[in-house]
Amino acid sequence: MTSLASRLKGRSELGVAALLGAVGALVLIDAARLVVPYSQSDPVGPKALPMIVGGLLLICAVLLAVNVLRGGSGEAEAGEDVDLTHPSDWKTVLPLAGAFIANILLIDWAGWVISGTVLFWGSVWALGSRHYVRDGLISLALALLTFYGFYLGLGIALPAGLLEGIL
Amino acid sequence: MDVLSSLMDGFATALTPMNLLYALIGVILGTAVGVLPGIGPAMTVALLLPVATVLEPTSAFIMFAGIYYGGMFGGSTTSILLNTPGESSSVITAIEGNLMAKAGRAAQALATAAIGSFVAGAIGTSLLVVFAPIVVQFAVSLGAPSYFAIMVLALLAVTAVLGTSKLRGFASLGLGLAIGLVGLDFVSGQARLTFGLPLLSDGLDVVVIAVAIFAVGEALWVAAHLRRTPLQIIPVGRPWMGKEDWKRSWKPWLRGTALGFPFGALPAGGAEIPTFLSYVTEKRLSKHPEEFGKGAIEGVAGPEAANNAAAAGTLTPMLALGLPTNATAAVMLAAFTQFGIQPGPLLFQNEGPLVWALIASLFIGNFLLLLVNLPLAPVWAKLLRLPRPYLYAGILFFATLGAYSVNLQAFDLMLLLVLGALGFMMRRYGLPVLPLILGVILGPRLEKQLRQALQLSAGDVSGLWNEPIAVVVYIIVALVLLWPLAARLWRARRPRTGGLVMAGGPAVDGPAAGPAAAPSVESPAVEGPAVEAPADRGPEAGHRRADATHANHGQEKS
Repeated sequence: MTSLASRLKGRSELGVAALLGAVGALVLIDAARLVVPYSQSDPVGPKALPMIVGGLLLICAVLLAVNVLRGGSGEAEAGEDVDLTHPSDWKTVLPLAGAFIANILLIDWAGWVISGTVLFWGSVWALGSRHYVRDGLISLALALLTFYGFYLGLGIALPAGLLEGIL
Repeated sequence: MDVLSSLMDGFATALTPMNLLYALIGVILGTAVGVLPGIGPAMTVALLLPVATVLEPTSAFIMFAGIYYGGMFGGSTTSILLNTPGESSSVITAIEGNLMAKAGRAAQALATAAIGSFVAGAIGTSLLVVFAPIVVQFAVSLGAPSYFAIMVLALLAVTAVLGTSKLRGFASLGLGLAIGLVGLDFVSGQARLTFGLPLLSDGLDVVVIAVAIFAVGEALWVAAHLRRTPLQIIPVGRPWMGKEDWKRSWKPWLRGTALGFPFGALPAGGAEIPTFLSYVTEKRLSKHPEEFGKGAIEGVAGPEAANNAAAAGTLTPMLALGLPTNATAAVMLAAFTQFGIQPGPLLFQNEGPLVWALIASLFIGNFLLLLVNLPLAPVWAKLLRLPRPYLYAGILFFATLGAYSVNLQAFDLMLLLVLGALGFMMRRYGLPVLPLILGVILGPRLEKQLRQALQLSAGDVSGLWNEPIAVVVYIIVALVLLWPLAARLWRARRPRTGGLVMAGGPAVDGPAAGPAAAPSVESPAVEGPAVEAPADRGPEAGHRRADATHANHGQEKS
């Protein structure tokens, strides 16, 4: 009666089971290629735990898939600022991830002060603030403060990048 | 006497101006992150790890201790002033605490929470002083088999007892253990799960993992579901209590402490069960049962004390055995390793001065918290109004900074994003994060004990249970795993026993309780054995009514 398609509908949690299965398989495949030299001093060898962990993950994957198909579902985490009545808001999450990736790409080349400014400003924008100038100033101040704070206070030299020599 | 003199030495170290300053920083920072949504003590300690490496280990741990206790204080403020508790341990406090605040008694609720936390913290820390050395004395005689068994117990207990779905707990544990496998095998030197990337051969940095799962995952998750309507924050003045409030609070504080400490000290620890038990106890013993459901002070005093005593209890296995049972303790354990300090029973021997200074600083931090927080409560309440874009952008900003500063490589930031996405997914589909973190941290140590144990027995499997303690622990493991089954059988045979069932599974006894079985916040009210009069007076907010369902009528205490 129920076609496969209708049973799969709204069951995105099966993706979690798939992920668990994939990780489990990966762990097992990786473990299979380990060499276990016979050794009096290490009878367990490097293979045992990965095998157990891989097995555990595969079992969890199967059980979770069964659980989800039978109508079970995990309880999404609540919190002070979390409103679970509306669906995931990808229009916020994706730009946020974008700001994060921009920072990864920029940090070594442009330096922390620039990439950190971009990160904070982009995140604040993604989260809905529209005070462009004020946010920009706060971002720059934060990035500069942490740069000098880490350098002078902790002796950790964050990359200066393009601004090498100026800072 | 030996303990006392060591403790005095600890105080001497902790009371130097510099260390006192770090304690103060820790306490203020801890309260702030406890108050702020989306950021907690575990994440803060993780973020500070790279920064703290330039400090003396003692100073760093004094600061961490302040953050740990401060986080508990801050959490109660949030749950009283907003009705949306951030941590599972403050769910119970939120029930009566928020009702008190709504009834105009926020100041008293905050006061009984703060003073109760102080009392419980002081007693709990004293119990830690008494018990930790005893546990150590007992633990130094244990060999690898017993350690292996105890670690298995801790992992299984945290996974199976806490949280709503065991299956999802085990899935999370498996992921954590898999992450912990990455890197070179410490005996044979072979690369495991590194995919040929040299950057992975040292394993994943615990700081990066913890920051990714706690901070990045949380920020992304909140961003996806950001509440657009501002929360109702109840304004508050300076906390204070009248004579009557004191009279009604002191017993719940002591009872809460008595419940909290042992549960915290058990490997399955956690603060959810003792706070819940304390709530039920206070409700039963209260002289004002009619106030429960309308803001009874006992319902705040008891659970808050239980919460803090459990926090102190958790430090007993952490310091004495190297066994963390909550997220903050797990990250602190990672910090020991970061400083090149070997956690475990030898910790007291090898790092005595540090450990005793840490314990002394717990007393100091606890006192500072009371001193700082009673007058500052209105300031903390203002912190709740911080615009959310800044808060979550700030969390991402400092998460990035913290993770990057460990090794100064952009590769770590990529890991941060990938694992952050994992954290997001786990929150979306209800996979608890604690088993993952414990799996990452305990996994490698577990493997080491396993291999050592079998090395001693030359590969004979019986080497795993050739110590009596190991056998005892395995029996406990079996009990933990079989407990739900046994409880179900027990209930099937005696369908009308309500009472002190574990907090995890809402015990719906038969069809009578049907409609009352609702989300977790309500369950204490549902399961609480009815006090003589059904507390059906106030037409309080809808969810209070659960209390008055007929399921509770005539139900004797079990």
